[in-house]
Amino acid sequence: MFRLIAALVLLVTPLAAEEIVLGLSRDEVAITATFDGSDVMIFGAVKRDAPAPSGGPLEVIITLSGPMAPVLVRRKERVLGIWANTDAVEVDEAPSFYAVATSGPMRDVLTSVEDLRYGITIPRVIRSVGAPSEVVNASTFTEALIRIRAAAGLYQVLDSQVDMEEETLFRGQITLPAALTEGNYTAHIYLTRDGVVVDDYETSIAVFKAGLERWLFEMSRNQPFWYGIMSLAIAISAGWLASAVFRIFQR
Amino acid sequence: MQIYLPIAEVSVNAFLLLGLGGLVGILSGMFGVGGGFLMTPLLFFIGIPPAVAVATEAVQIVASSFSGVLAHLRRKTVDLRMGTVLLIGGLVGAAVGVVLFNYLKSLGQVDLLVKLCYVVFLGIIGGLMFVESWRAIRRSKVVGAPPARRKHGLVHALPLKMKFRVSGLYISVIPPLVVGLLVGILAAIMGVGGGFIMVPAMIYLLGMPTKVVIGTSLFQIIFVTGFTTMLHATTNHTVDIVLAVLLLVGGVIGAQIGTRIGVKMKAEQLRILLAIMVLLVCGKLALALLLVPSELYSLGAGGGH
Repeated sequence: MFRLIAALVLLVTPLAAEEIVLGLSRDEVAITATFDGSDVMIFGAVKRDAPAPSGGPLEVIITLSGPMAPVLVRRKERVLGIWANTDAVEVDEAPSFYAVATSGPMRDVLTSVEDLRYGITIPRVIRSVGAPSEVVNASTFTEALIRIRAAAGLYQVLDSQVDMEEETLFRGQITLPAALTEGNYTAHIYLTRDGVVVDDYETSIAVFKAGLERWLFEMSRNQPFWYGIMSLAIAISAGWLASAVFRIFQR
Repeated sequence: MQIYLPIAEVSVNAFLLLGLGGLVGILSGMFGVGGGFLMTPLLFFIGIPPAVAVATEAVQIVASSFSGVLAHLRRKTVDLRMGTVLLIGGLVGAAVGVVLFNYLKSLGQVDLLVKLCYVVFLGIIGGLMFVESWRAIRRSKVVGAPPARRKHGLVHALPLKMKFRVSGLYISVIPPLVVGLLVGILAAIMGVGGGFIMVPAMIYLLGMPTKVVIGTSLFQIIFVTGFTTMLHATTNHTVDIVLAVLLLVGGVIGAQIGTRIGVKMKAEQLRILLAIMVLLVCGKLALALLLVPSELYSLGAGGGH
């Protein structure tokens, strides 16, 4: 009995001496008709049950990741003078959105070993296993994926943009673009010291369509026939209305 | 004012869409083309996913064509009998076209084939129309020149003749059926109403008068694109009604203005303007295929094995 209690206490008590207490400015993002991007503020404090250990300064990494999905990356090549898609590589899993914000330069905040272990920076998050053997330089396809999504504001690297006060309070802001995909977004916060993760915390932000957007989206999926009929009815009546209005004007 | 499109999942400027709709609507009313061959590439350009752009464009074409056809019906410049014959061929062609489209998709490279289709057809039609209408304009300037005699070719030799009173024709129904069929196939593959192919085909292959051609073309486009809309809505779920409404509000108003401009212009002038526009779009698409693209890579939905 005593052993069991001891085991439970061990499980409940975190092994880390420093622990994250987190707040979010919002835990859901509703996409309505006038949705034009959104800011998410992620803030928190570091709880200690002992004085701060010696060593390098405490740093924070905040990541926000959209739902993962496979992506097909195609490359164009000149064929008979015309630019055509030739090679294609399927990236097994890539987030639809990914932002990583840090309290200092990434190379000081995180060692590459820890990055590999936790999967924090963008190239480590994207999983690409099986490129076809006939494709040379398969890694350029993953680079292209990151380049295209970064240009669209979907992949963001926010180096040294988390404020850290007194090694206790931290605050970061991530801007979600207007072209957002629905799903469960995961916010992940890592505390690091000397490039090693000492604690991490995960929470989720629900991103969903709301109101008319939700209704139309559901209808297009669940009642496609009536959705099509409705579209045509709107088209026909708009055409008739414009014609009628113009006839009045002409008299 | 930014508007989030529920199916396309992008946020766009509402006024930009209204303006684009209006501009294409004017052209649609003037020339009797649905305007899809202009609007679809424009939608790609402002970042609408191609599948959504093609499907949604069909809805807008229905609206602007309906608005245009009402104006033509009042003016009695619609040959309903000819339109129905073309339509029968068109619906069969659209169904064949969708099957063909899916077959091409399974081979890959469907994007390239669609673009090549655009370049080839726009180039041929634009070129032919330009040369012909240029000659017509020069001929009309020479006083006393004899009008071109109407040729009696294959169109008059085939069986199953029918009287098309509005067009002033007594020809076999086989040529219009074939024209409708071919245009229907192309319309489904290229994601357009097919007016830019239908209009010259009616003028040069069937010998219909230009004033009747526009109304009749619009009449059959309504049904062919309506059919395409239903196919896209039920199979691909890619019709974005919010995008469609924004485009068609601009489109229907534009179509009314365009129809009024159209009746004030001479047939040759209308044809040469349409020819120039078709050639411009063709050149733009051809350049995109020939020049080195700024980004060699493109992203698509994965997991489709």
